Amino acid sequence: MGRYVLRRLLQLIPVFFGTTFIIYALVWAIPVDPFAGKCGQRPCPPEYVAKMRADFNLDDNLLVQYIKYLGKLFTGNFGQTFSGVDVSTLIANAYPITIRLAIIALIIEAVIGIIAGVLTGLRKNGFLDNLVLISTLFLISLPVFVTGFVLKLLFNVSVPNSAPFFDLIVPGFVLGSLSMAYVARLTRTSIAENRRADFVRTAIAKGLPGKRVVGVHLLRNSVIPVVTFLGTDLGALMGGAIVTEGVFNIHGIGGLVFINIQQQQGVVVTGVVTLLVLVYLVMSLVVDLLYAVLDPRIRYE
Amino acid sequence: MGKRKMAAFVAVPAAVALLATGCGGGGSTAGADNSDGAVSIYGTEPQHPLTPGNTNEQGGIRVIDELYAGLVGFDPDNAKPYNLMAESITSSDAKVYDIKIKKGWKFHDGTEVKSHNFVDAWNYAALATNAQINADFFSQIQGFDEVHPDSKDAKPTAQTMSGLKVVGDYEFQVTLKAPFSVFPVKVGYEGFDPLPDVFFKDPKKFEQNPIGNGPMKFVSYTPNQDIKLTRFDGYQGQDAVHFKDLDIKTYSDLNTAYSDLQGGQLDFLDLMPPAALVGDKYKADLQGRALNTTLIDIDTIAVPYYVPGYNNPDLRKAISLSIDRDGIIKQVLNNAYTTANSYFASSLDGNVPNSCEFCKYDPEAAKAAFTKSGFTGKLTIASNSDGGHKEALTAVCNSITKVLGVSCDFVPQTSLGQFRSMITSHQATGMVRSDWSADYPSIENFLNPLYKTGASSNDSTYSNPAVDKLLEQADSTADKDGAIKLYQQAEALIAKDLPSIPLWSEKGTGGYSSKLSAAKLSWKRQPDLSSFRLAS
Repeated sequence: MGRYVLRRLLQLIPVFFGTTFIIYALVWAIPVDPFAGKCGQRPCPPEYVAKMRADFNLDDNLLVQYIKYLGKLFTGNFGQTFSGVDVSTLIANAYPITIRLAIIALIIEAVIGIIAGVLTGLRKNGFLDNLVLISTLFLISLPVFVTGFVLKLLFNVSVPNSAPFFDLIVPGFVLGSLSMAYVARLTRTSIAENRRADFVRTAIAKGLPGKRVVGVHLLRNSVIPVVTFLGTDLGALMGGAIVTEGVFNIHGIGGLVFINIQQQQGVVVTGVVTLLVLVYLVMSLVVDLLYAVLDPRIRYE
Repeated sequence: MGKRKMAAFVAVPAAVALLATGCGGGGSTAGADNSDGAVSIYGTEPQHPLTPGNTNEQGGIRVIDELYAGLVGFDPDNAKPYNLMAESITSSDAKVYDIKIKKGWKFHDGTEVKSHNFVDAWNYAALATNAQINADFFSQIQGFDEVHPDSKDAKPTAQTMSGLKVVGDYEFQVTLKAPFSVFPVKVGYEGFDPLPDVFFKDPKKFEQNPIGNGPMKFVSYTPNQDIKLTRFDGYQGQDAVHFKDLDIKTYSDLNTAYSDLQGGQLDFLDLMPPAALVGDKYKADLQGRALNTTLIDIDTIAVPYYVPGYNNPDLRKAISLSIDRDGIIKQVLNNAYTTANSYFASSLDGNVPNSCEFCKYDPEAAKAAFTKSGFTGKLTIASNSDGGHKEALTAVCNSITKVLGVSCDFVPQTSLGQFRSMITSHQATGMVRSDWSADYPSIENFLNPLYKTGASSNDSTYSNPAVDKLLEQADSTADKDGAIKLYQQAEALIAKDLPSIPLWSEKGTGGYSSKLSAAKLSWKRQPDLSSFRLAS
């Protein structure tokens, strides 16, 4: 187990270099001078452009630029935006908000989704089953900005800039609604399938109480695909949610990346996306380890 | 961890301390309608550090306008200039200006505003090695070429402009290279605001915690979230504010800002999302709290002379006469614009309605001119498509095609940067969108930067020696009315040549929440905070 984790963690290193380089190169490859439209209808003064290009090493070739960037990164310096704001400050402001939002969304989708899935999986084709099927279909077919604006106006939600936990519940629900529908359906199928499995029949035959059969034997085995889904979903949620953040004016990581791609602030984009890649990799590692916990047949060596 | 975080930590206790002491009165502005409430307004992320010399876009100007006070202010209703920090600006020949400033004004750190604060700030902004965005605004001052050589590689041979002289603590003298009668209006531009002594000791540190002499002082800046300001009770200008705390909230989505305005979570919005403009929906939504103003701007399409076949006066006439401006404004632009029939914004002193003879819809005359031009081929209009220009310009193209029978396409460009670099490098292959918002309210600002040979925003590469000569004469005419007449003559020549085709000017539309009882939107599309009153 320990060696497996170590190996997976070591794999992060080449991935880290690969992704940072690709992202840096992609931003660099945008063919437009980032200072061409910066002064509106006038061209910017050449001295200003020259100074900015020098400050951001934009006149070096790609490799030199990238190495200079990495050198700074290893001393803990994420660099600065064109307006002189530290990228680390931007991340420090935005990331806690994104994490809070992601956790709320995950809790909502996991709790509601799994409960709905179990109930419907146990009683197929009943009233509840049909209700859940139709409502999840409804959620899946609605674009997020529709759900977002409707709930925002309905509850008159306003998220303060600090985005405390309680204020993020409605946006979290919007963000998690689509995945919630998927989780419900995944759980339902999985439960329905495993109900007929040998180990469930044995458990019932042994005379175990229904609660224990469903809660321990059935659910634990049925939840593996759901955990996979939730794990990758959390990775995706940590990457921010441009639409939901936009609708509720939450200043999370998604909007930060979006704005900075538009402004060609390569330093910000690379810094944030690198962080996101690492988060995503760690998340998928955690999910893999969870399998072993849930299913004793899975062992990592 | 950056310094900015530190600044925020320092600023917050400072603000709390101010709140605790109550901060009553002191300034001459404390009046009956003063209230200690807080107001939140819409904002966008500043693109540059918050100093006057380095700020040129809406998001930053919004903050600069409150942090600093310049020599001249502008009336929110009619954009007429008035002396703000200036006691007087006098000149006998429009070349040497004697500027006296009011005594007793203070920066937010308690130091008095003296004439050297202006002179030093201007010298700093102009010096090439400081690489300030607004440097070119000082180019008319004598000695500018020494501190800011034309060639990029040349080093400045002086550190200060010879045309700036401190005469006394409250008086300084500005000598221009050539007479320029609009200078007293031009100094109302934000780039001419003064800076305190502490700035020059460490500009980088100052940027984290800017100190100005304006109606509001800096509290905190959280990147991508908000900027907080609070009233400066020692402020003596007539544009003082009548509430206490200001929160400039950063929004990435205009629709969200609009729904926050309706829900009362945002108190002022200076721009309506297109959906709210349809059928004047915002007026119904906001129930008497909608604002309309006259922005000082003009939208044109430039017809570059270097594009093959475009150097043809009859073609230009035909295009201009074939655009149904009124129809497009009604059908596509939700009546948020007014037809442009001159080269100036309509509210400016010196604008004469219909001074552009060909800026009207006349299909018959258009067809005749087109036949006369002998133009064959197709027309295109290019613009960046990310700012909502596509619909209107496509409609312009359709109107041209309908009347002239020539094919016309809208050519989208992915970003403003890409679009502008195409224009400045003279790579356009057709007509281009060319919009202009005034830096300061004067007809001069609608001619010199746009139509003088080699001017910074001369998108069509127009060059007419007669126009250049008239503009120079107008600039050097000390008498205001005489100068206006000369500018008008220059406009008349331009209107005959049609280097660009005026389309329309934008009306400003904004709104405020029920928390306020009064608010105004300025000609620059900025909130006029001095007119804000909290509803009781």
